[in-house]
Amino acid sequence: MKTIQELEEIRKRTLDKVNQRKDRTTTRIVVGMATCGIAAGARPVLLAIMEEVEKLGLTDVVVAQTGCIGLCKMEPIVEVIKPGEEKVTYVKMDAEKARRIVREHIKDGNVVEEYTMHVIQGKILNDYKVEKE
Amino acid sequence: MAFYRSQVLVCGGTGCTSSDSMKILEKFKEEVKKHNIENRIEIVRTGCFGLCELGPVVIVYPEGAFYSRVKVEDVEEIVAEHLVKGRPVKRLLYTETIDEGRIKSLNETGFYKKQERIALRNCGVIDPENIDEYIAFDGYKALAKVLTTMTPEQVIEEVKKSGLRGRGGGGFPTGLKWEFTAKSKADQKYVVCNADEGDPGAFMDRSILEGDPHSVLEAMAIAGYAIGANQGYIYVRAEYPIAVQRLKVAIKQAREYGLLGKNIFGTDFSFDIEIRLGAGAFVCGEETALMNSIEGRRGMPNPKPPFPAQSGLWEKPTLINNVETYANIPPIIVRGGEWFASKGTEKSKGTKVFALGGKITNTGLVEVPMGITLREVIYEIGGGIPNGKKFKAVQTGGPSGGCLTAEHLDTPIEYDTLTALGSMMGSGGMIVMDEDTCMVDVARFYLDFTRDESCGKCTPCRIGTKRMLEILDRIVEGKGTLEDLDKLEELGKQIKAASLCGLGQTAPNPVLSTLKHFRDEYVAHVVDKKCPAGVCQALLQYTIIEEKCKGCSLCARQCPVNAISGQVKSPFKIDQDKCIKCGACIDKCPFKAIVKK
Repeated sequence: MKTIQELEEIRKRTLDKVNQRKDRTTTRIVVGMATCGIAAGARPVLLAIMEEVEKLGLTDVVVAQTGCIGLCKMEPIVEVIKPGEEKVTYVKMDAEKARRIVREHIKDGNVVEEYTMHVIQGKILNDYKVEKE
Repeated sequence: MAFYRSQVLVCGGTGCTSSDSMKILEKFKEEVKKHNIENRIEIVRTGCFGLCELGPVVIVYPEGAFYSRVKVEDVEEIVAEHLVKGRPVKRLLYTETIDEGRIKSLNETGFYKKQERIALRNCGVIDPENIDEYIAFDGYKALAKVLTTMTPEQVIEEVKKSGLRGRGGGGFPTGLKWEFTAKSKADQKYVVCNADEGDPGAFMDRSILEGDPHSVLEAMAIAGYAIGANQGYIYVRAEYPIAVQRLKVAIKQAREYGLLGKNIFGTDFSFDIEIRLGAGAFVCGEETALMNSIEGRRGMPNPKPPFPAQSGLWEKPTLINNVETYANIPPIIVRGGEWFASKGTEKSKGTKVFALGGKITNTGLVEVPMGITLREVIYEIGGGIPNGKKFKAVQTGGPSGGCLTAEHLDTPIEYDTLTALGSMMGSGGMIVMDEDTCMVDVARFYLDFTRDESCGKCTPCRIGTKRMLEILDRIVEGKGTLEDLDKLEELGKQIKAASLCGLGQTAPNPVLSTLKHFRDEYVAHVVDKKCPAGVCQALLQYTIIEEKCKGCSLCARQCPVNAISGQVKSPFKIDQDKCIKCGACIDKCPFKAIVKK
């Protein structure tokens, strides 16, 4: 790269791909793939998403890995931004749940509510622990 | 495997259990059986949700219907209406409609709202292995700006204006460090990134390297321009394989784009970066030890002065900063030092990344403006202490830091306030402890770590930490005396004063700060021979409460050393001489008749 113009061109060309707002033109699916995410099982989730996107023949979908989103205990975390929609965060994913998201949310346009966060009085309830009786 | 169409969660936390949640659980099982749907409804008892004031709590998934203050009498209706007919019982729902508690985006949660992400701006957003995505969010714009429009002096001025201080622990003003190194005259200078993150429980630097490696590369190139260096080294521990891999990818991509290498942006400035792997010695986070390690020698510190700014790597002037410090540089250049200085407090500008760990609900990585209180971080962002337990202390600064107690919760987080309280900002590990934590045991843990990691070059650290650990071992075994406490304090002060490097100078801090804030716990260990938190095995006794014991003999059958005996249907007894305090009996007892204290 010799000039700032070239840098600016790359920036413009890529901006839509990473745009976090709903005015983007393609769908972006990111999987948290820092050490915390991978340890929680993010690799099979990412693979399942890529497979399902290909199987369904979906175009205009960017599947990407990303770093630590911050909420390590909710990993694996998958985030979806579709054109015209606010970002949706799915927590505690596995490969099966991820396939369902691709089918129902990406393809059919219905947010899979039961995999989103359930918050009452600021407490995230998804991470409950089943106790022995 | 059975397929359940609904899942009923009944909170089994202490608060809910005391208001009959176990009877509610039984009633649910009874009712679903009555309706013949027990194969389709899963009923589980969960750990505490932390919403004890709303208890007993019952949640039905997949809808996410949140029932609060449920009574045993309500169960029949919930099963008949909700689980059989699919009509949630509105009068019992905590929120007007089901799904009201559903949050679609992480950005809407309390966890995110109080955060301000500068160093972590791209983490969890971009693909770290794709340089274009970094460029899309103004990546390498700062480098372009300094190379084409600013002099090195102007760059240093901007960093000084930002008020940025080192994020690795020391808190030295970054701009001044750059200025000192720039002023040193030499034919060759170096820029080093300290990514030898070693504090137990800290993972800020790892996350930045894994999530946004280019921000560090860009900042190092900017630093190279500012001080007059053309070579950089990243010293990263080999235990961070993903970070190392992503750094390698990033360096390769940056070279391909000509953002590292010769004549960057067509200017005279050339800069390249190499990775050096550390073998995981804690002392190599100390800058002189780190540079010795890069040069291929044993990782041991040198006395300072000379400081790295005068004589560092291969005796050349060297600028060494921490990962998080570098990650702050590109936004400071693009948006201006004043913008950064407008955040935070008078003496601590900008934001700080913390790794929340220990007994806290939302373990994870957060970035908050300086000056925020510990209470806001622990309760509003961290979600408080799980299982309805009480907060006891928070350890900041890792093995070099100290503990802060409940009375310090409203202290603003700043370099100087934390130091004044006997702790320190450190690199940003924040380990929360609840009432079940023994502070003597915590202090012993950290000292065991620093004793292990002491490089052995200087006597106070090598022998002093060993002696302190021996005293602590005595105390947790119930063989300590009150004089031991004074000895610990005296020894700690001497080690701090006489050690060669930061490791030894701070190693006694966890002991000294717990001695200061939790002296009564130490006294309980040495005088009463008791561990108030019930952690130190040697000071515990397992006993059976006669009134609660039904004489079922489960515990006796579980005991691996046959220390429990008795007649069936009458209370059993534990022979203290035989007991090895393994706790197997406690786990097995269905009547909670065994206690340790």
